Amino acid sequence: MQLIDGLFVFMLAGFIGFEVIKRVSPLLHTPLMSLTNALDAIAVVGAIALVGEHKSQLSFILGFLAVIAGGFLITDRMLKMFKSSRPTKP
Amino acid sequence: MTDFAGNQTIIEVVYLIASALFILSLKWMSAPKTARHGVWAGEIGMVLAIAGTLLHHGIVDYKWIAIALVIGSGIGVPLGLVHMTAVPQRTALSHAFGAFCVTLVGTAEFYLRTPDVPPFMMSVLCMEVILGSLTFTGSLMAAGKLQEVLPQRPITYKGQNIVNLGLLAVAVVAGVYLVLHPGTKQLFPVMVVIPLFFGVFMIMPIGGADMPTVISLLNSYAGLSAAAMGFVVQSKLLIIAGALDGSSGFILSVIMCKAMNRSFTNVMFGAFGQVQAAGAAGKEEKTVRSATAEEAAGILAAANRVVIVPGYGMAVAQAQHKVRELYDSLTKKGVDVRFAIHPVAGRMPGHMNVLLAEADIPYDRLAEMDDINGDFPQTDVALIIGANDVTNPAARTDQSSPIFGMPILDVDKARTVMVIKRSMSPGFAGIDNPLYYMDKTLMLFGDAKAFVNGIVHELAGNSH
Repeated sequence: MQLIDGLFVFMLAGFIGFEVIKRVSPLLHTPLMSLTNALDAIAVVGAIALVGEHKSQLSFILGFLAVIAGGFLITDRMLKMFKSSRPTKP
Repeated sequence: MTDFAGNQTIIEVVYLIASALFILSLKWMSAPKTARHGVWAGEIGMVLAIAGTLLHHGIVDYKWIAIALVIGSGIGVPLGLVHMTAVPQRTALSHAFGAFCVTLVGTAEFYLRTPDVPPFMMSVLCMEVILGSLTFTGSLMAAGKLQEVLPQRPITYKGQNIVNLGLLAVAVVAGVYLVLHPGTKQLFPVMVVIPLFFGVFMIMPIGGADMPTVISLLNSYAGLSAAAMGFVVQSKLLIIAGALDGSSGFILSVIMCKAMNRSFTNVMFGAFGQVQAAGAAGKEEKTVRSATAEEAAGILAAANRVVIVPGYGMAVAQAQHKVRELYDSLTKKGVDVRFAIHPVAGRMPGHMNVLLAEADIPYDRLAEMDDINGDFPQTDVALIIGANDVTNPAARTDQSSPIFGMPILDVDKARTVMVIKRSMSPGFAGIDNPLYYMDKTLMLFGDAKAFVNGIVHELAGNSH
């Protein structure tokens, strides 16, 4: 991937995020934060690659800890989103 | 993520679908009706993304990934089941974990790649690590303050802003030096550790009332550091997720700032409420009228329109279920009950909405500030439960007040105002509220949960 491709992706995603999130009702701000927080947990993808590729001892250990942190975050967010999506019930 | 085709194409397609699902999930979040689809879309996207990554050909060691994921989930499950009132600190804590994960990966990537790192790569790597580590400690601090493990009042000292900005400057300079000389390994720890301190110092002067803004801001930082990591590990998926998260946090912080009539800089460097604590000593004695649960119940039962204003006090007292009972019994008597939600009520964006929804209060009874403010003159009773600064009329009238200009709920225009409060002590920001001394205001002293319970009992007694 060229760096410039990355910048294009970032720019477009930023604008989409801005337009989409602008419309979110204040009623759902907390679930929104839970959701974007969970999206953030996607960082675990990078950590998984580090552990799996096992390129060096240090990267392995750091990656291992990162997968734990990410795994924690995902589980936590999934459960939380399940609960905080309750405003959907009229 | 370069090399061989085959698997690689499949992985990229999976990531593409996951990205689309992430965007859809945010789009569906815009209305309560579709929010649940949004959550599902987000979850499916996440599972796809992880599955796609496991297909990656370079991965040779599944055992340790599995072990780490199991440990992580093991910690996540019990912590994920905490009560809804703890949502703000839980959110702050998960920001911390996300940022921790990003920082660790950034550190590992640095030591794998150094010394031949191109300048652009090194600059995003620096950004990732700086943002990641300051968000890590900053979020831990915020969580500590929200959990009341740490003092909630702003901690300030002379020259604080200079120390903070100086620390950040050192980290940035170290980053710039690394970009120019990527071989200087020994400088990297400086760039990781200094922002850790900056994160702590950054949150120290911030008071509880500013937490909604700060949590949103930390959310934004966490997203941006994830996006920076996307550039480092060359993953479009991460860039997209990070950009979405970053813009979401940014928009929320802007909304919160507007709701308090304050600027970003003011929130970050203003140390709200410090000045007032000194000036409050010279205030004269004023009289207040108090009432019992029985009297309050009588007035509420006779009213046609009641607006309930919940605040952080309701969350602390866990009174939302009792409030729901109050709502039920008043509605049964034909009283029109609505809830007025100030954007910064509570400790995070949408905090009150989630609590009231948890107590199964229909969301169409919840009104935003701008929608309900015009209705207060036609309201018989405004019942304030644990809210203070967001109802303070001084924000409209008193130019010397620290909150002057902040949009408030115009409860003082209602015919009768009732305030459930523990005592006359000023609210979080230490600002006196003239609302309490008005002739039409009745102070209901006591614990929010117990007092609402008392009113509910009285109402039930009256109907028999």
